[in-house]
Amino acid sequence: MYEQKVPLVRLAKRDGMPGWQAWCIRLASILVALILGGLVMMIALPDGSNPVAAYGTIITGALGTKTAIRQTVKIAVPLLGCALAIAPCFKMRFWNIGAEGQITAGAIAASYFALYWVGRVPSVLLIVIMGLAGAIAGGLWALIPAFFKAKWNTNETLFTLMMNYIIIGVVRWLQGGPWEGRPGSQIIPNFDQSVWLPKVLGVHCGWIIVLVLVVVMHIYMNHTKQGYEIAVIGDSVNTARYAGMNVGRIMMRTMFISGAISGLVGFIVAAGANNTLYDGVANGVGFTSITVAWLSQLNAFAMVAISLMLAVLSKGADTLQTKLQVPASISDIITGILLFCMLGCEFFINYRLIFRKQGHKEGAKS
Amino acid sequence: MNMFLALIVAAITYGTPLLFGTLGEILTEKSGNLNLGVEGIMFMGGAVGLGGVYYYEKAVGASANGYLAVIIAIACAFLAGAVASLIFSFLTITLRTNQNVTGLALAIFGTGIGQFVGEYMRVSEGGYISIGNALKGYFANSPFPAALRNIPVVGSLLFAHSIFFYLGILLAAVMFWYLGKTRSGLYLRAVGESPATADAAGINVTRNKYLATVIGGGISAVGGMVYITTIAGCVWNHEGLSGVGWLAVALVIFCMWRPMSAIWGSVLFGALMILYLRLVIPFIPTQLYKILPYVVTVIVLIVSSMRNNKDKQPPANLGLSYFREDR
Repeated sequence: MYEQKVPLVRLAKRDGMPGWQAWCIRLASILVALILGGLVMMIALPDGSNPVAAYGTIITGALGTKTAIRQTVKIAVPLLGCALAIAPCFKMRFWNIGAEGQITAGAIAASYFALYWVGRVPSVLLIVIMGLAGAIAGGLWALIPAFFKAKWNTNETLFTLMMNYIIIGVVRWLQGGPWEGRPGSQIIPNFDQSVWLPKVLGVHCGWIIVLVLVVVMHIYMNHTKQGYEIAVIGDSVNTARYAGMNVGRIMMRTMFISGAISGLVGFIVAAGANNTLYDGVANGVGFTSITVAWLSQLNAFAMVAISLMLAVLSKGADTLQTKLQVPASISDIITGILLFCMLGCEFFINYRLIFRKQGHKEGAKS
Repeated sequence: MNMFLALIVAAITYGTPLLFGTLGEILTEKSGNLNLGVEGIMFMGGAVGLGGVYYYEKAVGASANGYLAVIIAIACAFLAGAVASLIFSFLTITLRTNQNVTGLALAIFGTGIGQFVGEYMRVSEGGYISIGNALKGYFANSPFPAALRNIPVVGSLLFAHSIFFYLGILLAAVMFWYLGKTRSGLYLRAVGESPATADAAGINVTRNKYLATVIGGGISAVGGMVYITTIAGCVWNHEGLSGVGWLAVALVIFCMWRPMSAIWGSVLFGALMILYLRLVIPFIPTQLYKILPYVVTVIVLIVSSMRNNKDKQPPANLGLSYFREDR
């Protein structure tokens, strides 16, 4: 009788898998995703072209020429920057999904200085001020939900989500109202050229800023006292309290840092890529970067690879659209499939499936 | 007076898609699953639902039956949403992935699919696809006879709305009854509040979560279809639809996870969505009206957490995966 009650498949936690094996599973999941994506493309492509060639188009479209590489990097920079911002929050199990809004808040503050302070201070100084203003604004915008979480345990997932749309609405108001360029245009004029982020190797220097942030964030998360506090809170809030940590304060501090980095990204996007402010300044980056951060296991260096991968997909799909008339939304679909597969594969890294064996006493083993 | 009446009617029109989106998400969240993919689900529902009607009309031609078309649209949208939620459920319930991240991935995937289907139909049919006017009427017009609709005030208040509004109210009532008055509804809520307790009491946590999430996703998707077929006039319009899903997530909080409140909540949010067109108050920029729903939601969220009222809280285990062996 006992054997029949053993389920067909049961689960057990793995005691850590060798690193290479885990990465093999992750690579396999990417492969599976690409195959599934290929199936989707077979429906979408005009007759007679095969998905492998389409992937080829995506790769060459994203990395084939110098201009293409520059554009791909331009897409990857905000993704990477925001993923870095989100990492400490998620490590703390504080589900900050408000990066979208924090980017926007940062971009607004930076734009204010770009529009109204130009000519009053030297341009190098002004760019620094813009960056600082962006960081502070993003940080403060993130601080609001953190404050309520710390004080009244308000649900931060829903709160940060709502904050996105509030600040994006503010940009729409600025666009059509106080900051509007030509009356009726609903567009904020371009910044003066003197406050554009300088270019290094053909791409605005935001990429250097985020690469520095990668190293800084890695050190912050793994080798500082504050990073350790974040890790403890993430594992157990009660332990943190017992150890005498001021959980509320750490939460607010971490959220401020996170928002500040997102705000800095907002500044980079506004001053480097768009050279103006509009309501799509974040353009979904805040959401996509959450998946980047999570898929990288909150590892700063892995984020570089994953954000580049998504950027290649997104840039390549644009090429696919112009060359083969495939709607560019195919990149969202493939990105989605990729995320699903990579999210799902962690299960096989963390758990072991144990199948029922016939005529074998399972009970004795465990 | 007339303007006020027109505002209410328009608010109901704009609120109906939200009502479905919200009701679906309430059911999902009651099981403890926070599905942030509503935006994507509604996109899929909108595109696939529209496709269903279009190809039905194309196949049958002038003899198309209006009510059948409505049913086909609902079924197609529901199916699309259910499939999307099934992906979400499989990942979060069986494979125990993080719900926030998976939901966002679903939002990306779903908006992609919705856009793609919408675009694909446009390209393959050579131009924007549209539905015949006769058929459109069954979606957008009131199902009641003209005699009822023409009663002053009452007629336009009660009988002038699309069939979906009445279906939505019916659905809300059914959900109210199911969640509050039936044993199976109690089980579902128990799963959302404390899966470990529910499991110990012999309730099948996995099955409850799966069913609630898949059906909830299907209901949300119908909302997307309602938007496309009523407000957008049976033309694929992704710009209009974008943001509706997130608003539905907000509305779930606003009405505190209670289906009956979702009815007036969605009408109120519908009013806030269109207020800027109807009611221009000097000194208040119209664009700022549009953020009102979110501001109001934040305030509700804060006040409810400050009051710490036991009845008005998110399901206790919202957003957390359940693993029996993990104690």
